[in-house]
Amino acid sequence: FPGLTDVSISEDIPVEGEITVPVGSHSPDEDFSTLDEPVRETIMRDLKAVGKKFVHVMYPKKSSALLRDWDLWGPLVLCVSLALMLQGGSADSRDDGGPQFAEVFVIIWFGAVVITLNSKLLGGTISFFQSLCVLGYCVLPLTVAMLVCRLVLLAGSGTISFIIRLIVVIAMFGWSTLASTAFLADSQPPNRKALVVYPIFLFYFVISWMILTFTPQ
Amino acid sequence: FAEFDDAANLLAANPDATTISIDEPGEIPKNQHSHLHEPGREEDDELLGTNDSDKTELLAGQKKSAPFWTFDYYQTFFDVDTYQVLDRIKGSVFPVPGKNFVRLYIRSNPDLYGPFWICATLVFAIAVSGNLSNFFIHLGKPTYHYVPEFRKVSIAATTIYAYAWLVPLALWGFLMWRNSKVMNIVSYSFLEIVCVYGYSLFIYIPTAILWIIPQEVVRWVLMIFSLCLSGSVLVMTFWPAVRDDNQRVALVTVGTIVLLHALLSVGCLAYFFDAPEVDVPAPVIPAQNGTAITKSQ
Repeated sequence: FPGLTDVSISEDIPVEGEITVPVGSHSPDEDFSTLDEPVRETIMRDLKAVGKKFVHVMYPKKSSALLRDWDLWGPLVLCVSLALMLQGGSADSRDDGGPQFAEVFVIIWFGAVVITLNSKLLGGTISFFQSLCVLGYCVLPLTVAMLVCRLVLLAGSGTISFIIRLIVVIAMFGWSTLASTAFLADSQPPNRKALVVYPIFLFYFVISWMILTFTPQ
Repeated sequence: FAEFDDAANLLAANPDATTISIDEPGEIPKNQHSHLHEPGREEDDELLGTNDSDKTELLAGQKKSAPFWTFDYYQTFFDVDTYQVLDRIKGSVFPVPGKNFVRLYIRSNPDLYGPFWICATLVFAIAVSGNLSNFFIHLGKPTYHYVPEFRKVSIAATTIYAYAWLVPLALWGFLMWRNSKVMNIVSYSFLEIVCVYGYSLFIYIPTAILWIIPQEVVRWVLMIFSLCLSGSVLVMTFWPAVRDDNQRVALVTVGTIVLLHALLSVGCLAYFFDAPEVDVPAPVIPAQNGTAITKSQ
């Protein structure tokens, strides 16, 4: 360094420090490794992420948290609980009853995959699993509606209960559709938004129909 | 290709530079065509599409260049905007006599969005409307217990999708075979036929919803009306493709198309919608203990 030949450190300024990098509990490896943490912490982290996404769905603002850290735990839990709650609606012959567990499962997952493929084919910029994640999480209002419907049906199954169930299901259907549209709309090409939103509308309409027509034996 | 290298280097050096992109040449001629041929003076050409057949050949070649195992290949079948889909639906519901649906609306840009989602909507419309209409017809009967009849959804789906995809396949194969024997001026690709069939099913969606009305006469009138509309779209599309052939073959082909279409709608009406029962005024039968019992069906 030719420009520094005339620089000198005076004697009374102590130069001190450590040359070696301390190896111990602060090494960079330990910060990323979650192998040694207690299992409870691992599970709680995932549960908190899922819970945060549920909150995002119930109050849909344009936050990117749902999209960025996608996971499919929430959709799985919702789908299984919805399919379980739709059980027990049977009729005299198996053929005329409500949907079976496998049918609900297939409709929700196959429907979500088809809608995701549709939006990607139309030129959407969202990734496959992000879209699945959003569509799955937005089933939450309809699961709540199913819960309410089952409780109302416990009380009775007359006209008043039907009207209550109708209002609840319509409100939750609107909420689901609006929530998923709020999350997915930005990633779609501008002159094809309606083409992407319509299948989502149809998807939640079918699920709402299954919820509304549930009749216990 | 030196100039391309320069452009790439320039862009790499200054990524924020404004670039001018030239629109796909296919888009502008498409819009112009609809204005040029509007007066209808060349109705025959409009039906045959000979004027733009060369251009459409070129355009078709430009578009579908990706190999079929890539995602981009399938993306070319979804290259439609909202207004295009709505225009095509309008064209299928209000068929203009003399105007060919394929030449006027599809114009070598067949899409799979319309056929797929119209069929999906129709499946659920029929299933839901059938369920609702049965509910209203049997409402009030003491022995009636509402059932969601979910099995019928899968039956409806199989029927509608089989009709919308297998019949065009058979028709396309038949037309290709006839083309090898008789030189037809007009020939359609498989996707264009699927497109026509898909969009022609759109009229059945409001028809299915209106079939909830439990009057037999109303249902049959609706069915004949929608059959005429969608049948005329199909006939006007396929007549130019077979009229150069042997006349008997042409008539049988068009007749089969209409017959299959009619079978679909009659079958759906008969299977998914119970017959509304005729209301007979209940006769009053005096019972032995003196109270009147009304006998209802």
